[in-house]
Amino acid sequence: MSLDTHLSEARRQIEICNACRYCEGFCSVFPAMTREKAFADGDLTHLANLCHNCRGCYYSCQYTEPHEFALNIPAALAEVRQDSWERLVGPQVLAKAFHRSGVAIAGVLVLGFALLMALISVMRPVSGEGFYAELSHNLMVALFAPAFLLPLYAVAVGLRRYWTETGAPKMVLSDVFIAFKQAGQLKNLNGGQGQGCNFEREDRYTDARRWFHQAVLFGFLLCFAATSVATLMHYLLDLKAPYPLLSLPKMFGVTGGILLVIGTIGLGWLKTKADPELGAKRVWGGEMGFIALLGFTAASGLALYAATGSAVMPILLVLHLGAVATLFLLLPYTKMVHGFFRLTALIAEEAIKRRGSM
Amino acid sequence: MVKTVKEVKSVKDTVWDVIVVGGGNAALCAAITAAEAGAKVLILEGAPKTYRGGNSRHTRNFRCMHQGPLSVLTGAYHEDEYFNDLMLVTKGKTDESLARHAIRASEECLPWMEAHGVRFQPSLSGTLSLSRTNAFFLGGGKALVNAYYNTAQDLGVTVKYDAQVSHIGMVGDCFSHVAVSFAGGDTVEIKGRAVVLASGGFQSDLEWLTRAWGPAAANFLIRGTPYNRGVVLRDMLDQGCESVGDPTQCHAVAIDGRAPKFDGGIVTRLDCVPFSIVVNRDGERFYDEGEDVWPKRYAIWGRLVAGQPDQVGYAIIDARSRDLFMPSVFPPVQADTIDDLADKLGLDPNALVQTVETFNAACTEGDFTPTELDGLSTTGLTPPKTNWARTISHPPFYAYQLRPGVTFTYLGLKTGHDARVQTTNGPLPNVFAAGEIMAGSILGQGYLAGFGMTIGTVFGRIAGQEAAKIVLSQEAQHVA
Ligand SMILES: Cc1cc2nc3c(=O)[nH]c(=O)nc-3n(C[C@H](O)[C@H](O)[C@H](O)COP(=O)(O)OP(=O)(O)OC[C@H]3O[C@@H](n4cnc5c(N)ncnc54)[C@H](O)[C@@H]3O)c2cc1C
Ligand code: SF4
Ligand code: SF4
Repeated sequence: MSLDTHLSEARRQIEICNACRYCEGFCSVFPAMTREKAFADGDLTHLANLCHNCRGCYYSCQYTEPHEFALNIPAALAEVRQDSWERLVGPQVLAKAFHRSGVAIAGVLVLGFALLMALISVMRPVSGEGFYAELSHNLMVALFAPAFLLPLYAVAVGLRRYWTETGAPKMVLSDVFIAFKQAGQLKNLNGGQGQGCNFEREDRYTDARRWFHQAVLFGFLLCFAATSVATLMHYLLDLKAPYPLLSLPKMFGVTGGILLVIGTIGLGWLKTKADPELGAKRVWGGEMGFIALLGFTAASGLALYAATGSAVMPILLVLHLGAVATLFLLLPYTKMVHGFFRLTALIAEEAIKRRGSM
Repeated sequence: MVKTVKEVKSVKDTVWDVIVVGGGNAALCAAITAAEAGAKVLILEGAPKTYRGGNSRHTRNFRCMHQGPLSVLTGAYHEDEYFNDLMLVTKGKTDESLARHAIRASEECLPWMEAHGVRFQPSLSGTLSLSRTNAFFLGGGKALVNAYYNTAQDLGVTVKYDAQVSHIGMVGDCFSHVAVSFAGGDTVEIKGRAVVLASGGFQSDLEWLTRAWGPAAANFLIRGTPYNRGVVLRDMLDQGCESVGDPTQCHAVAIDGRAPKFDGGIVTRLDCVPFSIVVNRDGERFYDEGEDVWPKRYAIWGRLVAGQPDQVGYAIIDARSRDLFMPSVFPPVQADTIDDLADKLGLDPNALVQTVETFNAACTEGDFTPTELDGLSTTGLTPPKTNWARTISHPPFYAYQLRPGVTFTYLGLKTGHDARVQTTNGPLPNVFAAGEIMAGSILGQGYLAGFGMTIGTVFGRIAGQEAAKIVLSQEAQHVA
């Protein structure tokens, strides 16, 4: 189905919900919906990005198929949401390819490995300890800084477009604060009353997806903190890697890595149990590929810590750095981008609500 | 197929303690209660799994007595106020003792429901007036039904879908078995020690409805499940059970004429009438659209439209009234002139223009206040519009087609306080009824929002308890 069909299908379904409203207590989508009678494309994009695919409104709906109203809000909004990421974050060729295909992601990964191997063999430094015996620190920075900043720029442009499209007013600090709190608790996946979501056990609620997701989120943030602290230590304190086990970078990194491995395995497993008909089916493979990449990045990082000084370290270094580079390069074009849009949607929602109540 | 044959055989070869006929709210409350008391329970739900839960899957709240704030309910709602509200809608057609029994028991229902998986949410937007009296289900009735099926399953209750019960087998005045067909297959007999009948009314049997109401019923839409055809009700009446409720009456409201024949549910309701003029097929008005605030007049319009030629009405508003009521599920028909609007609706343009002009001429100056009775009335018009009589003059104009939508029928089985089904010779020892199939004693006329689920929950629990009690006491006697 094309973009327009996704939007008009979501509009058809949302108009039915708006005349019903039984699901008001599940999440932020339904209270946001009741503000409108007619839904512009931007409104639908916003509702879609607020939806966390908890599926409560599917299993509770008296109008799901075979009923002729054929409601499937989680899928309808997932399609619009997916379209919005592919549409708002350019260039579209990349977005289309990687969101949909785990194979494409794997392809970039292998390419990353190869490139690093080549670099290492050509530009092996004359001196350096630990990792830097294989790849000089400056070269790593030269490679990773753009690989990190360019994707972030692409995402920032997309988020700006989102804000304009949804017509949200200027945000204030409290909007951001509330949104972060909601994201930190995954409020929109808790069923509205803390009972959890209906992702993998049909009409029964569980908290599994919330726990695994937060393991990934906080694991990722810890790993990110590990890298940041290490960078600071490198430049400000002139302390160079490898660091001992009881140093901040390692403590953050190891905990984060373990959380990420557990979280990604968990999320992947839940995804195999959940009904694909209630999501954007066309990106199932891409999402699985992304989860695998994230898990692989974490696992290779942990292996690298464990292997410091051993003979397998060079090869592990290549694997890990290749994965990290792929992860960041593809950030705007994989499921990774959802975090940015979710957060922006939550902030925008607070801003819109504030305007409404003035 | 092999699997289903085996399953049917195992269900058939068991003698069940309690067989529950139906799979809506009343049935589930009975099954859960009986299973908790230790009985071996079988639920026979006539609908396939996707449509399980009867009309209960369409509900949004239940009405609950309470002495002070309780869960999502604000303030207090005492027995006498509750009973008075019931007297107002039924115009006294209620069995006071049974009604008070249900009202009193409603208070302990709420915590029981929560303990069995039902979740409540604050009053939905646009229904603030009910926040004191009615507790809303999070996710609506289907979420409630899902929660109960899960609870029943966890308690070891066996559930069979697509299980149409056609006959309740009796030996003397004692229940012995049910005759049931699984997925349209041959009728088989399943033995049980007690039975709970919770299979709703007969509103989905259109022939029966036509016999009761007249040929007009062919144009009625059924708001709920197509599976409530009154098969078991008929069977029990034929076997000499006493009936309650007017056999010719049904509860009907005016709903969107484009709604599906069955199962359109809550979204097909239209709240535009007070701000509109309503005309019939001939383009003529026929009743005071502004008689009272909408919730109070919601129910009479089904009957009013049913009384018009072809059982159809058209509510017409102008641009100024578009945002005064809950959004409709289908967009209204829209036109820039009344002429065009009539054309699009298939009405005689001259007649409609005439009606609108006469109405507009009868409107007077004054303040229009949509949220309360504003007394803004027409003068010298028959029938008058006694509130919100503002001209239909600002294009674009909008129209909604109205049809009668049947909620339920009143005819039912007579039961006592213990939910036992009554015959002229007294109560049947091991046959119980709960929910809509016996609600006619209490709701003899009209309808009180949220009372259907209260009756089902209260009497479902009683039926389950009583059924388990006799079965288990029989067992104790056998052992002794
Ligand atoms: C659109 C709509 C909205 C409503 N909203 C509310 C509300 O908000 N609050 C409220 O209190 N009431 C509401 N009502 C009324 C309410 O639905 C009923 O009062 C209540 O659901 C009755 O419960 P029950 O268990 O008796 O019947 P049902 O829930 O209708 O269950 C009857 C069951 O019996 C099964 N069955 C029928 N015949 C057979 C057979 N021969 N063999 C086997 N199984 C059979 C059906 O499949 C069904 O599962 C509403 C009704 C409608 C139509
Ligand atoms: S998903 Fe279904 S039950 Fe929920 S609000 Fe929409 S129409 Fe109503
Ligand atoms: S799937 Fe969950 S989060 Fe999405 S709209 Fe439905 S209830 Fe809300």
